[in-house]
Amino acid sequence: MIADILQVVGAVFALIGALFCVIGGIGVVRLPEFYTRCHASGLADSAGAGALLLGLMFFADPLVAVKLLILVAFLWISSAVSTHSLAKAAFSKGVRIENLPLQDWRVPLAIPRADGVDAEPPVEERR
Amino acid sequence: METAITVVLFVLLFTTAVLVGRQRNLFAATMLTGIFSLVSASLFTVMEAVDVAFTEAAVGAGLSTVLMLATLSLTEDVEPRESRVSSVSSVSSVSWPALLVVLVTGGALVYGTLDMPAFGDANASVHQPLSHYYIDRAWDEIGLPNMVTSILASYRGADTFGELGVVFLAGISVILLLGPPNAPAAPPQTESAESASALTADRRAQVREMPVVRTVAKVMLPYIVLFAFYVQAHGDFGPGGGFQAGVILATAFILFGLVFGPKELTRLVPPARLERVVPLGPLIYGGVGVVAMLMGGEFLAYGAFTPEHPAHGHHYGIFLVELGVGITVSAVMITIYTTFATRPRTMTPYATLSPSEPPVEVGLAADDVPALPEERLVSAEEVAS
Repeated sequence: MIADILQVVGAVFALIGALFCVIGGIGVVRLPEFYTRCHASGLADSAGAGALLLGLMFFADPLVAVKLLILVAFLWISSAVSTHSLAKAAFSKGVRIENLPLQDWRVPLAIPRADGVDAEPPVEERR
Repeated sequence: METAITVVLFVLLFTTAVLVGRQRNLFAATMLTGIFSLVSASLFTVMEAVDVAFTEAAVGAGLSTVLMLATLSLTEDVEPRESRVSSVSSVSSVSWPALLVVLVTGGALVYGTLDMPAFGDANASVHQPLSHYYIDRAWDEIGLPNMVTSILASYRGADTFGELGVVFLAGISVILLLGPPNAPAAPPQTESAESASALTADRRAQVREMPVVRTVAKVMLPYIVLFAFYVQAHGDFGPGGGFQAGVILATAFILFGLVFGPKELTRLVPPARLERVVPLGPLIYGGVGVVAMLMGGEFLAYGAFTPEHPAHGHHYGIFLVELGVGITVSAVMITIYTTFATRPRTMTPYATLSPSEPPVEVGLAADDVPALPEERLVSAEEVAS
C-alpha cells in the first residue's frame, strides 16, 4: 500500500519534471530574446531535471535515493550559477534588451560591498 | 521502449553531426561537439556500457569541450569565408562522375554492413572465445565485482598501458610544441612581491565582477576533488577508474583556472612541477609490470605478487595501475589547459569576414573580463561616497 503511494508520488514528480522540461524547451525556441531564453533554459535545468530526479528518488533504494538527493543539490546550485554567469557574460558583452529603460535597474548592480573588503584575502597575504 | 530511445538518440546524434559540419561559428561547433558526446554517452548507457558512458561524458562532453574553447580563445572562432565559398561553389557545380563514385562506394559499404552480426549479438565472432572466457572466469581469477575493470587493468593490461602511453605522448607533445607556459615557472615569491599591489587591484576588480561564480566554485571544488578520489577507488566495484578519476580531478583544477584565472592556476600548480608528474603514471604502470616479472610472473601478471592467493595480487596490481593512469591523465589534462590558457593571444583581424557580420567574441579566461561600462563605474563611486 505504502509502496503504491510512493510510486504514485514519484510518478507525479517525474511528470511535473517532464512538463517543466517541455515548457523550457518551448521557451528556448519561442521566447524573443537572450535573457528570457536564459530563464527558459534555467527552468528546464533546475525545475525540470530537479523534479525528475526527485521523482526517481521514490523508486530507488535508500542509498541510491541519497545519491540522487546529492545530485539534485548539485544540479540546483550549478545550473542556477551557470544561468547567472551566462546572463552576466552576455550583459558585460553588451547584449541589451531593446526598449527597456536601462538606468533604472542598472544602478543597484553597482553597489559595492558594504564593508569594502573582498570575499577572501588575496593569495599573497595568506602566505 | 528501449528501441524507441535508441532510435531517438541516434536521430539526435545524426542531426548534431550534420549541424557540426555545417556550422561556421567554431564556438557553436564546439558546443555542438559537446552535445554530440553527451548523446553518445546516453547511447552507451542505453547499451549498458556504463564505464564507457562515464568516460565519454567526462572526457568528451566535459573536458575536451573546455580544451577546445581554450584553443579557440587563442585563434579566431569563426571559420573564414573563403573555405565556405569554395565548398559551396564546388557543390553547385556538381562533378557527376565523382558523385557516382561516392554513391557506389557508399552503397557497397552499406551492403557490407548487411553481413555484420546483429546488434548486440552474443555469438558474433568478435565475442566468440574471449568474451565467454572473461564472463566465466573473471570472478574466480580476479574477483572484482566490476568485470570491466578486471579486463581493462588485468587481462588487457598491455592495451591499457598503450592507451596510457598515448595520453603521455599527447601531454609531452603539447609541452614540446607549445613550450613551457609563459607564466612564471620560476619561484613566484619574487614576482608576487613586486607586483602585489597591481595583482590585488586586479583581483579586486575580478572579485567584484563575478562573486557568485567564485563563491560557488570555492564551495564546489573540494567536493569535485573528493568525487575524483571516490571514482578512482571505486573503479573495482562500479563504473569508474583511473581515466575517469584523472579527468574529474583535472576538471576541478581547470574550473579553478576558469574562475580565478590561468595565472592563479599556475601559481597553484607550477607547470615545471607538473611536468615532473606527467611521466609518473607510465613509470608506475610499467614498474608494476616489471616487478611482477622480477617476482616470477609475466609482464603485468599481478598474480605473482602473492603466489599463495593470486586474486589478492591482482587487487594490488590493479589498484597501482589505476593510480598511475589517474595521475598521468590528470597531470596531462591540466598541462594542456595551462599551456593553452597562458599563451599570449595572436588574434588576426577578422579581415576575411564580411563587414555586415559582427564577429562573435569568446570570453573564456577571467583575465578577459571586459572593462565595466562607464556609467556603471561612475554610479558605483557615487554610491560609495
